[in-house]
Amino acid sequence: MITQRLDKYRINQMAEISTVVQNSLTAKLTDMGLFSGKKIRVLFRAPLGDPIAVDVEGYILSLRLDEAAMIQVTPVE
Amino acid sequence: MNKIEKIALVGNPNSGKSSVFNQLTGLNQQVGNYPGITVDKKSGTLKLPDGKKISVLDLPGTYSLYPRSEDERVVFDLLTDPSNPDFPDLVIVVVDSTNLERNLLLFTQIYDLHIPCVLVLNMIDMAAKNGIAIDNAILSDAFSGTPVISVNARKGEGISELKQLLSAYQIPASHPAFIATPVAQMASPADDAAQVAETKERYLKIRTLLPLVVKTKPQVSLNRKITSRLDQLVVHPIAGYAIFLAILFLIFQAIYSLAEIPMNLIDEVFLVLSQWCKDVLPAGVLTDLLAEGIVPGLGGVVIFVPQITLLFLFIVLLEETGYMARVVFIMDKIMRPFGLNGKSVVPLISGVACAIPAIMATRNIDHWKDRLITIMVTPLMSCSARLPVYTLLIALVVPDQRIGGIMNVKGLVLLGLYLVGVLAALTAAVVFRYIVKSERKSFLVLELPHYKMPRWKNVWITLWEKIRLFVWEAGKVIMAISIILWVLASYGPGYRVRKAVEAVPVPVETDAVAMETYERQVNTARLENSWIGLLGKGIEPVIAPLGYDWKIGIALITSFAAREVFVGSMATIYSVGEDFEEDASLIDRMRSEQNPRTGKAVYTLASGISLMLFYAFAMQCMSTMAIVYRETKSWKWPLIQMAFMTILAYIAAFIAYQLLS
Repeated sequence: MITQRLDKYRINQMAEISTVVQNSLTAKLTDMGLFSGKKIRVLFRAPLGDPIAVDVEGYILSLRLDEAAMIQVTPVE
Repeated sequence: MNKIEKIALVGNPNSGKSSVFNQLTGLNQQVGNYPGITVDKKSGTLKLPDGKKISVLDLPGTYSLYPRSEDERVVFDLLTDPSNPDFPDLVIVVVDSTNLERNLLLFTQIYDLHIPCVLVLNMIDMAAKNGIAIDNAILSDAFSGTPVISVNARKGEGISELKQLLSAYQIPASHPAFIATPVAQMASPADDAAQVAETKERYLKIRTLLPLVVKTKPQVSLNRKITSRLDQLVVHPIAGYAIFLAILFLIFQAIYSLAEIPMNLIDEVFLVLSQWCKDVLPAGVLTDLLAEGIVPGLGGVVIFVPQITLLFLFIVLLEETGYMARVVFIMDKIMRPFGLNGKSVVPLISGVACAIPAIMATRNIDHWKDRLITIMVTPLMSCSARLPVYTLLIALVVPDQRIGGIMNVKGLVLLGLYLVGVLAALTAAVVFRYIVKSERKSFLVLELPHYKMPRWKNVWITLWEKIRLFVWEAGKVIMAISIILWVLASYGPGYRVRKAVEAVPVPVETDAVAMETYERQVNTARLENSWIGLLGKGIEPVIAPLGYDWKIGIALITSFAAREVFVGSMATIYSVGEDFEEDASLIDRMRSEQNPRTGKAVYTLASGISLMLFYAFAMQCMSTMAIVYRETKSWKWPLIQMAFMTILAYIAAFIAYQLLS
């Protein structure tokens, strides 16, 4: 399966989280519901491209690009 | 037996927890301190239908029991320590019904601490509109009969049922844990990997449970549709910033046009009150203290209330509607090179009106280092109290010329002073970024809530709380400094002041003009010979390189409490009226002022610009210091702030004077 980093992912395309890189921020991301198996979608980017807004099964979360880069996703048809 | 005496409210940010708190306690709220940290402790009293009173603690909003910020740490520390005097008999967990999965994480953690709890499903109306139907009975059964109650706190629906439930509440027998990990082995706050594993385990279990509890219809509420439409506009590269600028323009327009009326009124009232004290009470030291020290000191506190109220009204509205999170979103990238984040933007910009509410608005910056830097640099933004100082000095020293027929030099200088303030604030932020130590990396994992109409009850309660906080907490410090300054300005060593006053010739004719002139000369003599007068003369060698004489020195010291006092002090020093826009005598008098040694004018372009820069950078506002003390809970930061700003002001004024003269 081809995985992609969330910060590079296309807007408005459904994706499933495959892995979240383990570092000091992982616990916070997990609290917010970002863990493997979760379906997410990039909604829009800030005017300067960073941060991005992600739909996490019904709520909107903003992530900086370096934070989104920790999340590996696979496309969902 | 009902032994519930202490309740704690817990919930995610944006779950409407404060609405529930406000509905339960109304105005019976207090703000206190947790020992040793800067987080405010919000508590209140709830009256049950049977007349029983219960204390309610509103804990900071958090997504998980495991703390990710200082605010969230309070929740963990309290709920894991049964010996804490605030340890609750019952926890009310407030959840956002439209996002049950993420909200239940915190609930299951508290449930597994085996603290009796009640689950409040808030925003139940929004859930229905989004096609979400929750079966409270099944949910309750899944957690061994934990009471589950649906409310719409915004409208107060379900609150009386919640109160009924609390009256009849019986502490249940112990229950099995939600997940296999026994509570005794709950991960330590430092063990990230164990936390991640535990959180995932909880989420997976919640995800298997929810299909049994929740029936969903594919339905999107009007609110969600509006949110996604609005967001397209609000984060648009051009429209987004244009909207933000337009909103800012509106806010400042409102503050400058609306705050002035009550501020002038407050000024008048306190002047009348001061005069009244002098007229009614017997002459003496105590009357003078009351009329010239305490009453004006009190006035100096109250005068800020209109600006604080207005600015906070707008800030709370931005937060309540959900727009604030979008401002953070579009400004974050721009602020990061300066060591700040998107959440610093609104406090910083508010500083252009007044640093006091601006610093109070830094509360929602949860990263301590980012918050501290924002607090430290905000007073460099050119606040409205600097305006009278700038206007007087510009009228005095800047030539009335136009560049290219359009640009007025006076206007350009004023604009320049505002830009200098912004530039200084951003530069100082970069410097502080390297000085202030931080254990945690800054992050912006921020929920963008759906747009909502403001909950007016929350708005009024927040405003009331902020005003009370300023008047009582900062008011104490402001009063103390005002009284000290009054003593220093009214008394001198020995009989010095009295002798100087007696030396002023009493007018032969007693018409109003002569008496007014006499009174002004007496005030001048008094100020010149007081401790502050001596101090002003004493610092002359220090401020001479900036182009100032001892008279300016006196004004610098008297305006230490508040910048705008500079104008009044100048008027007193030169024995003229202070309304320089109506009556040119202050400006004429200052213009003719000469240095007795060199015979040159004291107020030149060089010394004027130097003085303006000094006021642009120097702290000169005890109200700000008092509020920084209140927000950082230590004198360390306000003192560092005053020191760095004064040094910056001195260096800038020195360079300007030496270059221009």
